[in-house]
Formats: sequence, structure tokens, C-alpha cells
Amino acid sequence: MEQWKYFLDLLAQVHETFVLTLQGAGLPSSLIVFLDSLIGILLILAFVFPIVIIFIWLERRFIAWMQLRPGPNRCGPAGLLQPIADAIKTLFKELVMPEKGDKLVHWVAPMLVFFAALMMFAVIPIGRERYGALVDLNIGVLYIVAVGSIGVIGIFSAGWGSSNKYSLLGAMRAIAQLVSYEVPMVLAVIGVVLVAGSLSMVDIVDQQEFTPFILVQPLGCFIYFIGAIAELNRSPMDQIEAESELTTGYFTEYSGMKFATFFLGEYVSTLAVAVITVTLFLGGWRPWPLPDSIDWLVPTWIVFPAKVFLVFTFILWMRATLVRVRIDQIMAFSWKFLLPVALINIFVMALEVLAWQTWFAGWARFPWFFVFVNIPLAVVIVMVWSRLFFKLGGGRVGVRALWPRDSQGVARDPKASVPA
Amino acid sequence: MRVTLRHLFRPNITTQYPEKRLQPSRRIRGQQFVWRADLCTGCGTCAKSCPHGVIHVETSPGEENRYVVDKIVIDTGRCMYCGLCVEACPYNALYMGQSYEQARYSRRLLWADRETLMSPDASASAYGHAELEAGIPRQTLLVYGEFSQELVKEHD
Amino acid sequence: MELEIESRDIETQPFMLNIGPSHPSTHGVFRMRTTLDGEVITELEPVFGYLHRGIEKLAEGRTYAQIIPFTDRLDYLASMTANHGYVMAVEKLAGIEVPERGEYLRVIMDEFMRISNHLMAVGFLTNELGAMMTPLLYMYREREKILDLFDMVCGQRLTYNYMRIGGVSHDIPPEFLPAAKKFIQEMPSFIEEYDELLMENEILLARTKGVGILPKDMAINAGVSGPMARASAVDWDLRRDDPYSIYDRFDFDVVTGTAGDIYDRYRVRIGEMWQSLRILDQAIEQLPEGTVCTKVPPLLRPPKGDAYAHIEAPKGELGYYLVSDGSIAPYRFRVRPPAQINLGVLRDMALGWKVGDLIVIFGSVDICMGEVDR
Repeated sequence: MEQWKYFLDLLAQVHETFVLTLQGAGLPSSLIVFLDSLIGILLILAFVFPIVIIFIWLERRFIAWMQLRPGPNRCGPAGLLQPIADAIKTLFKELVMPEKGDKLVHWVAPMLVFFAALMMFAVIPIGRERYGALVDLNIGVLYIVAVGSIGVIGIFSAGWGSSNKYSLLGAMRAIAQLVSYEVPMVLAVIGVVLVAGSLSMVDIVDQQEFTPFILVQPLGCFIYFIGAIAELNRSPMDQIEAESELTTGYFTEYSGMKFATFFLGEYVSTLAVAVITVTLFLGGWRPWPLPDSIDWLVPTWIVFPAKVFLVFTFILWMRATLVRVRIDQIMAFSWKFLLPVALINIFVMALEVLAWQTWFAGWARFPWFFVFVNIPLAVVIVMVWSRLFFKLGGGRVGVRALWPRDSQGVARDPKASVPA
Repeated sequence: MRVTLRHLFRPNITTQYPEKRLQPSRRIRGQQFVWRADLCTGCGTCAKSCPHGVIHVETSPGEENRYVVDKIVIDTGRCMYCGLCVEACPYNALYMGQSYEQARYSRRLLWADRETLMSPDASASAYGHAELEAGIPRQTLLVYGEFSQELVKEHD
Repeated sequence: MELEIESRDIETQPFMLNIGPSHPSTHGVFRMRTTLDGEVITELEPVFGYLHRGIEKLAEGRTYAQIIPFTDRLDYLASMTANHGYVMAVEKLAGIEVPERGEYLRVIMDEFMRISNHLMAVGFLTNELGAMMTPLLYMYREREKILDLFDMVCGQRLTYNYMRIGGVSHDIPPEFLPAAKKFIQEMPSFIEEYDELLMENEILLARTKGVGILPKDMAINAGVSGPMARASAVDWDLRRDDPYSIYDRFDFDVVTGTAGDIYDRYRVRIGEMWQSLRILDQAIEQLPEGTVCTKVPPLLRPPKGDAYAHIEAPKGELGYYLVSDGSIAPYRFRVRPPAQINLGVLRDMALGWKVGDLIVIFGSVDICMGEVDR
């Protein structure tokens, strides 16, 4: 491992020399910052793209294994070149542009989705010190939440830019779902912030030395995870995407590279969600439960991707197993179940933090003993709420209510031959 | 969800098709018909029993009061492989084949004429002909867990 | 739970959506002209006939034995029962007796066919609910085992052409019974495992319970039969109430539901699979020796008259009405397709639900377009 550290030190040296040279050459400092951040963007892309390619491959193989079949195994060894083959195929397709659609909006939509997801990686710490976050923002969590919402604009632009009423309807439904799941997600993250005491991602990971937040806040993790799955439009809440019922939804009119951008954007979002889950709840690069000194055996830049893959495998497992939730049930679930439970979670966590600071301040640096309170409490809250206040049922709308009404307000069956 | 997890660790039950094949049934009503010219008398019962009339037989009188079959053509493109012709033949001269991979590039090539019907690389299936059953190996049965490691067929 | 919308201050306009003939979720080519108000279905008009092949007319020019492959292709997912119904009608018309072994083999094949069809119906129902093909592939694995058995007997996996007038065409080979017994032995654990997969799932329960209810009186008035009617608490099964073939010798229960929603139809189908396993056990045990088919002249000329024979196909009551004028071909060949008649209540079941529900309701009716359109 010493060789790696040496190599990275060398790269850091090169980088500093580069920046100093540029400064010495008299370039304006804004340009230097711009070039510097270009390097940062390249680093992010270098991290994201290989993992996304592996994700695409893993998704198809893993779900296939669960379905007792091999999955794609012909392109390249064990099918590893399958995503490349898919990408090449999409590149050759014609870029269809609907004539009456708004061209600028149509072009911008996939880019918005893709870049919104990509921007989230700037504040994730992959390891300690040199491997840390690209930018150690002290409002890291706020940044992530804000950037994650930009993707919604991308989806709406996609629906609007294709001059297709079914796409527009699909986009409207998508926005409803995405916006309504952001609220509980953010509230769940606030619970983490309360305990960690800081909005910075690096700090949050630092705090998880002995207990990851998933144990301290099982309810928060649960809400965040489900909210994130709904944000990604993945099963079981993929009503708008796997629309075998109502065309393809908002990206019907997309083909070729624009569609590939959407597709990649969805996988980058999945990666972003997995990465954020790992950072906030699973301990980031810390090899919990082993102590930190295990660094020489299992370097942190292996631990982090391993955890990310674990979370992704769990997402795939859910996709392969669970049936789709109907759109009105999705909305009801978010507003009537997740939101109240998230609020209760914040309330409970705030009480605990207050109690810790007032009475137990001397005990430990981190309130790990709340684990024993929080896990049973989470189970109890979920079960009680789902039994008493919320059942995932659906409603039938009385058709009589939807018939057109005449001037007296009397509803008349449009198919009736005799006027009422 | 446990169920899908359990299935993750079970072996795949699909067969890598072109490399490995499963042994079809002994009585498969397959695509390459086999016609025994020595047994056939040109009576045309097969043609009459076909629901679609895809068998065409033309005969002319030959020596010793027997018919000579001038032309026998089976349009395997329109055939529905019901096997009624094989059952109807009173002299056991027609057999169904064992092949299932007879795709061709044009419809005309699917007309099986005399040479194709008598071709040596078509193997006859035991549908309607119980005497052939012993000579054909048993089909692979999924109940016995036979799937990916298969009896690779000799020909083709 | 019925919601009545009281005040309508938002102007909405219903639009017509064609859930078109070629669609991944309709079982075959079937078109539904739906009028939607937002998501809610206010009007539904089924349009079929896209798969009409004129089987009834074609049958008028074929001999009775030649029609048997045509009946395969009516309900191509349950060919054995389709064949069986037809040959029963011809035997009734011509007064032909079937030997014991032939009858037992027919019953065995019918019940295997019922299990295979219900496996597929349940699999496709979960596919439409949204589970990505995973339960479907598991059901298909079991169905493959049954299709292997059929392949062993008659050489084909889908269109069997197995029943003949007077019996069945081939006797079973010696390896059929051990394989069949192994399958029957393993099947119960499979059904339990997948019941656990599907029915413990809260989302699935929420999507199927109370959805697409078919009330009992509407079911009886519309002539709905089969698992759909039994799920609506109509206690009628032709195998028990009007026994044909040798069904009166077997001991089995008729599974009925209570509410008539999708969940009940699912449970009725699973229950029927259990009962079919019971019948199969008894039939295999009681299988006698003997011939499998009585000798019938190839150009059969039944006496003038007509006959109607019906059997309990996996989709409902499949009936055949044959009119003979004494010649080698029937004068009229009419099929009573259970799927077409069950489709008649689709509109009443689906109004007021959303598009996503419509697809699932349609899947739970379990149709096969070959039968609907003939």
C-alpha cells in the first residue's frame, strides 16, 4: 500500500506544480480555478463512468440469476462488454426530433438529468485526507438535496419538449411522484444532521467511527431509502417508467444518444443515491465494524465501492421481487405514511440529542447507546402507524360523478339514449 | 423477498442454445419428413387426410398393376405438423422427422420434394411408429433436473 | 371505497385512448377503446376480431377427424381440453364408446393441462402487476416440466392433437408415469413457496384486493363460467355438477371465492391447482390396462342430428355444438368460447378504476385470443 500512497503523493505534487506554474504565468485566478475544477470534473467522471458501466452489467446479470437464467453472457467475457455494445447501438440510431416540440427544451432535458446526478459526487468523501471529498463543503447535505432536485426540471422538460400529450401526462405524473418523495427524504436526512451536528459530509462520515447511522436511526434510513427508490423511478415505484400501459412516459420521443443520456443519467442517479446512502447511513469509507487501523489490509478505497455495490445489489433485489405500486397508492404512501413517520423521527431524534447533551454529555463522544432505544422504537412506530392510520388501499371512483353535467347540474350518462 | 434470494443460488435452468441442445421427445412431430419409396404405393391416403392439403402426390401406372409415384411434394411451409398423414398411411411409408431447425430463406425452399423426403440425414421420429421408439434416446426431462448439461446432438 | 366527487370546479375533458391491438399487456391482439378522465376509466369498449381465422367455417369442409388439429388452435394454451370437448361432442353425436384406459388418460391430460394453464395465468397476472418477470419465470419452469410430459406422449408441446374420436391417439410410454409421479410429488412444495412469495406481499394485496369486483348476480346473468365465476361465489363446476367422462369417480373439492375481486380469482386458480393434483393422484393410481382408442372409421358418418358437449376447460365452460347432416363433414361447428363470454363483463368490472388496474383486471380474466376470435 505504500506504493499507492507514494503514487498519490506524486500526483498531488504534479497538481500543485501545475497550479503554481499557471499562477506564475500570470493567468487570471478565475481561469486557474476553472482549469482546476475541470480536473476535478474529470476525476469525478473517471470514478462514475466505470462504476456505471459495471452497474448496467450487474443489473442485468444479477436479476437474471434471480430468475434462474444466465443473463447476457455473449458479448465479451461473461457479457462484460454488453453495456458497450448497447452504447454503440444507441449511437447509431437516428436522433428523432418532434417537429412541433420546443427544440431547446428537448435538447436540454437529458443533460439536466445527467448533470444533476453528476454534480452530487463533488462532496462525497471516498477516503480520508487525500481521498476525501473533492470539495469539503460545510453545507454538504444541503448541496446534495438542492442538486438532487434539479433532475425534476429535466424530466418535466422532457415531457414538455416532446409535443405528445401522453408524454406530457407521464411527465406530470413523474413530477408529482418525485416532488412528493423529496419531502420525507429530506426530513429523514435532517435526523442524521441532528445527531452528527454538522451539515458537512466529511464530518458525518468522521462521526461514524464506531456505529454507522443506520443503527442509530433505522427509521431514518428506511425512509430515506424508500424515498430514494421512488426518486429514481425504480421498481417498486416505477409506474411512470415501466409504462407498458400508457406508452413509455416522458421519454417516448427520445432516441439515439439523447435516450442514452437519459438512461445513463438514471444509472448515475442510482449510483449517487447508493453513494449517499453509504455515506450518510452506512459509514462511508470506514470499515465498520473493524477498527480504522485495518487500513493496511483493506484500504478504504475498496471498502467504499464494496458498500456501494452492496446497496446497489439490494436495490436490484427489490426490483426483481416486488410488484409495482399504483400511482395513487404511491402518492398516498408518501404523504400519509412516510411524511408523518419522518416527522416523528425528527422529533424523537431531537429529544434524544437534547437528552444526550443535557445529561449524558460526559459519557461518550457519540451517542451509540441510542441504538438500543431506536431500533425497537422504529419497529414499533412503523407497525403502529401502518396498522392504525394508513393502509395501502386504493379507491374506486364513482363513475357517476364524472359524467358531464347540464345547466341544472344534473349528471347525465353520455351513452343514454333517452334524456334524463 | 427471501424467495428470490434463494433462487439466486440455484443453478440456471436455461440451455445455451447453439452450443448445447436438449434431446427432444422420441415422438416429436418434427419438420423433416421421411418417406420410404419402397413401401409407398401411391394410394394418396396421406394427401386425403391432410386438413390443409399440403401433400401432393402424382402417380402414373407402372408395371404389375402398381403405381409409380412420379411426384410427391409436401409443402412444409403450410403444414401444421399435426401428424394425421403419418397415422393415416396404411403401409407405414411416411414418418415425421426429428428436426426442428429447418428455417429457410424463402417459402419455395420449404417445399420438400422427393429428394428431400428421401434424404439420408433426416432421422425419423417414432410418432405413429412404435417400432422406432427403442432406437431413439430418451428426451431430457426437466423434472429430473436435466437442463444445462446436455446431450449434445451428434449431427449439426 | 367509492369516492363521489362533489364539486367540480376544475374543467376536465375526457379523452379517448386506444389500448391498441398490439400491446405488450393484452394477451394477444385485443383492442380496448377507453375513455379516460385523467386516470379514471369512464367508458370501455372492447374490440376484438383481430385473430379471426374462420375456424368454424373451415371446419365445415373437413372431416371430423381432421377438425381435431383445428380445435388445438382455438385455445392454444389449453389444447388438451379443447380437443377433449370436441371429441366428446362427436362421440355423443355418433354414439361411440371410449375404453376405460382412454378415459383415464384423457382425464390425466386434462388435469395436467389445467395446472399448466393456471400456472401461466398466475404468472402473467404477476407480470402485469409489475414484478419484472420473476414469478413468471418461476411458473414457467414448472410449466416446462408439464410440457415435457406432453412432449413425451404426443410429440408436441403446444398444439397436441392428442385426442381422437374414440379415445386418445397414443398410449403413454413407460417413462411417463415415473416422471409424472415425481412432478406431482414436487409440485406442492413449489406452490407453497410461490404462495409465500406473492401473498405475503403487502403491495400485491393492496393492488388486488377489492379491485375489479364482479358481483355474483352479474356473473350469473352474463354467463361467466370457470374460475372467474367461482371467484364470485358461484358454486358451479361442470366436473361435479354435470359430470362428463369419468369425473364422477374422483373425489375433489370445488374451490370458490367470496368477493369476486382479482385476489379471489388468484386464490381460486391456486386452489384448483391443488385439486388437480388430487385428481391426478387418484387417476394415476386407478389407471387400468387396455386399449386406448376404439376403432372408428376414418371417414366417420354420424347420423343426422346435433349434439352439444361441454367440458370444464381451465378458462371456463368450453362447449361444442355440432350439427351433422349424415356426411363426412359437419354441417355446423360452433364453439362456445369461455374467454369471449367472460370478456363481456370487462366493462362493468373496469369502470371507475385506473388504467393500471384495467390491465390487471384484464389479466385476471385469463383469456386467450385464439378462443375469443376463433
